[in-house]
Amino acid sequence: IDGVGTKYHLELVLEDIPDKDRTVNCTAEVLYHLGNKTTAPDVQFTIEGELKNADKADDVFYNRIKSLEKELVAENIPDSHGNVPPEMEPIRLLAWAASGYVIWQNSTENTKFQLAQIKHVKQVKRSDEYLEFDYTILLHEMVSQEIIPWQMTVLWHPRHGVQVTQDSQQPKH
Amino acid sequence: QFSTGGSNRPAIWLDAGIHSREWVTQASAIWIAKKIASDYGTDPSITSLLNKMDIFLLTVSNPDGYVFTHTTNRMWRKTRSRNQGSLCVGVDPNRNWDAGFGGPGASSNPCSDSYRGPRANSEVEVQSVVNFIKNHGNIQAFLTLHSYSQLLMYPYGYKCTEPADYVELDALGKAAATSIRSLYGTTFTVGSICTTIYQASGGSIDWSYDNGIKYSFAFELRDTGRYGFLLPASQIIPAAEETWLGLKKIMEHVRDNSF
Repeated sequence: IDGVGTKYHLELVLEDIPDKDRTVNCTAEVLYHLGNKTTAPDVQFTIEGELKNADKADDVFYNRIKSLEKELVAENIPDSHGNVPPEMEPIRLLAWAASGYVIWQNSTENTKFQLAQIKHVKQVKRSDEYLEFDYTILLHEMVSQEIIPWQMTVLWHPRHGVQVTQDSQQPKH
Repeated sequence: QFSTGGSNRPAIWLDAGIHSREWVTQASAIWIAKKIASDYGTDPSITSLLNKMDIFLLTVSNPDGYVFTHTTNRMWRKTRSRNQGSLCVGVDPNRNWDAGFGGPGASSNPCSDSYRGPRANSEVEVQSVVNFIKNHGNIQAFLTLHSYSQLLMYPYGYKCTEPADYVELDALGKAAATSIRSLYGTTFTVGSICTTIYQASGGSIDWSYDNGIKYSFAFELRDTGRYGFLLPASQIIPAAEETWLGLKKIMEHVRDNSF
């Protein structure tokens, strides 16, 4: 689009990871702005159908974390061999959702990011109803093949969803 | 080397682990080694293949990098060579081949994960293979394993123009991808490096193709990003099994068309 940028119309299929036979169709429009590398692309989407209700699992996870005496701390999820302890699976799913935001904010037509690993995660206890986690993740950028460490502070509540309140690229060590 | 005799027979080259963090490739190569050895005498296709041709399999093309992924940094990709004038270590061994070297699709920054190196073949890991292939003189196919993305690619990477043998390579690639899919339903996308993944200069299969080895293919194995480089061990054998079907399809074609 002259003077504006490049718009892509996408038709995609969403797959439910825990429930692999379940798919949902989705259409989206993505507009990459001309020239401006610091603005995230505009995204509009429509989901045809409903996403699975995960309330029960969300509540179980929420209550488990809320009742921990010591703040949760973990590293290397998955580990070098691809293992994820079952109790860490929700931590990983939360990181995926949150990293999706970070990836969106930092994407251009010439990048392709994947969440490679959670290097470190630490729970930050709060007095309100939200759960807070401080993550250091590794993003894999396909085109440059770089592994980029990124810090993100993630807030979550079963009824209010995911929020990334802070995030910053970290230096390669 | 897998050989039933002869002297300097036409041969197939297969390598894994040129990028050290791609652990499913070194592991798959071990499985493939056992498969080749045990299939001789039991599988008619492999038996006839090895009666005519040799197979050379390099299971760990980047040993220094591989050690480093175990001891220090699981995400290390490059070699571990020192770069003059820089604190950063290592060269991307798949940007170091003499094919479009210096062109777009590789970095001149030693700190980059796609650093091409100070000159082509600067890395001993690359020079050794180049020397071997040139000295052998009768290599008919050059196949290399990477992860991840589930792709099956032929040249070129350093330029976005089709190779002269595009029609044959594309058809063979597609046949191999169909074989791969037949086992567990895993889909591999087929195409040239430049159109499928990105422009990348100094890559191994571009070098082998431009040096007369028509059947040059690069595989990107499982998965497509869910685990990425950290593929669980439970997926190693399925990945190796399905990849083997694709490799076999290509090797059979080489056997039947080379001479």
